[in-house]
Amino acid sequence: MRALKQPGLWLYVAALVVWGLVVWFLDDPTLRETSFTLLMYVGLASSLNILLGYTGYVSFGHIVFFGLGGYMGFYLVSVQEWSLYPAALVGGVFGALVAALLGLAVLRLRGAYFALATIGVNEAARAFVNNFRPFGGATGLSLDYSVYGLYGGSMKALWLAFGLVWLIAIATVVTSYLVKQSRFGLGLMAIREDEDAAMVMGVKAPRAKTWAFALSAFFPGIIGTIYFFKNGNVEPHDAFRLHMSIETLVMIMLGGQGTVLGPILGALSYERLRGYLLVSPLFKSLHLALSGVALLLIILFVPAGVVGWLRQRFPKLRGILE
Amino acid sequence: MILEVRDITKRFGGLQALSDVSFDLSAGEILGLIGPNGAGKTTLFNVINGVFPPDHGKVVFRGEDITRLPPYEVARRGLARAYQVVRPLSDLSVQENVMVGACFGRERYSLAEASRVADEVLVQVGLADKAKLLAGSLNVAEKKRLELARALGSQPYLLLLDEVLAGLNPSEIASMLDTILQIRESGITILMIEHVMQAVMTVSDRVLVLDYGELIAQGLPQEVVNDPLVIEAYLGDPQLTKRLLEGQLR
Repeated sequence: MRALKQPGLWLYVAALVVWGLVVWFLDDPTLRETSFTLLMYVGLASSLNILLGYTGYVSFGHIVFFGLGGYMGFYLVSVQEWSLYPAALVGGVFGALVAALLGLAVLRLRGAYFALATIGVNEAARAFVNNFRPFGGATGLSLDYSVYGLYGGSMKALWLAFGLVWLIAIATVVTSYLVKQSRFGLGLMAIREDEDAAMVMGVKAPRAKTWAFALSAFFPGIIGTIYFFKNGNVEPHDAFRLHMSIETLVMIMLGGQGTVLGPILGALSYERLRGYLLVSPLFKSLHLALSGVALLLIILFVPAGVVGWLRQRFPKLRGILE
Repeated sequence: MILEVRDITKRFGGLQALSDVSFDLSAGEILGLIGPNGAGKTTLFNVINGVFPPDHGKVVFRGEDITRLPPYEVARRGLARAYQVVRPLSDLSVQENVMVGACFGRERYSLAEASRVADEVLVQVGLADKAKLLAGSLNVAEKKRLELARALGSQPYLLLLDEVLAGLNPSEIASMLDTILQIRESGITILMIEHVMQAVMTVSDRVLVLDYGELIAQGLPQEVVNDPLVIEAYLGDPQLTKRLLEGQLR
């Protein structure tokens, strides 16, 4: 595999591995919680980037797969009393399946129409779950605390959730990298640049888009299950937060869409910034407005994002800044 | 016959874009397709490579009916196309553009093979030194060559060229014609739409003439240019044209 011989991937994976190990050794709950959120966003942003950055389809409602996959996984853990691992996997597969089926319809739309449809899908999913009895309707589901006993108590379970989200974040980054360096990824990027021309060149666009959509929904489903497992409950308004979707988008745009490193950097810097804004007395109710302004500025002035800009500016760094 | 087109009819609302167009193309030939603006030439290409399904009629490529196949299936069977309005994949490098053709075309090469094929094709069309540039940064003549390179990257049996000479200056036209003849030498059949009349007349073995969606003439280039129907299509009434040319009108 040519892709594995380049330094970029190994650097990112090494950085993520070291980060997780440091958190593990310092054994600090606050650091663990911050890192959980950061790594969760690294995973969410990197998986959305497969659709947004590589394929060029802007999904505003991508959080729906985090919500639906998370709901499914959580349902299996809490109601069906499954173990977390298979439940999380099923959560991911469920997200991917829903995406593949939805894709048959919404991936026929392009540009703004696709983006609007994805918002509609998220709202529809929320309304559906609100009225869906097995998932607890509007009040959602919660976990019996004795379940944590299976994982060595609630303290251990929190560490387990961190460890899993850490592994998934790494897996997402590796997947994103491999897709980008593959023939499949080349087809996706051809679709991004000009879908009709790509089809005339032989790219099976309908199938490739569906795969990209399903793949980008798989990891959010797993992450959702872990997230709600850690929280101990799931509710519709928590699972289908549209602003979370849009923030993920801002992260990708900030870091650099279509690059592997971009969503990682974007997730880290945006989350840090948000953390600062939320505790600052001046900005605490304005953080979403500021992310809107940030998105506007990025699109107007640095549409390639930080990593894209660096790649243009310093072509020699291209081996590292994938 | 590498391509058989039978009774192709296509209508857009009230506009009869193509009516009962039939022709054959034998392997190794260069067939020119000419006609006034709006005659349906590009529509015919779109029907042949599957962008639009025809209302009726059929397209047979290498013995297989490809009439209603989507464009990517047609491409995979070895029928490639270069667009009139260039459509580079701007944010990909020139080499990657050609690799898309190579990876998803007839041979379905792996990435490593595709990059080798791309390098060869770029030498053939004279873009080898631009391989690492972004496609969006090329000038018009280079983008035209890239269109050609991308189509060639897929190692097609048949190449549809839609006005690859348009917008080029005379020296660029001459070198592009050389490239086209070389492509034919390498065994690829060519169907080309062209407005640069002198060029199409020199390279084509045969010429088809479309006017208002109908095939009004076909034959050797010199037969076609003297056909009164063709002159009428281009210049209006042939008698009037003749008188005009002879200076009888003021």
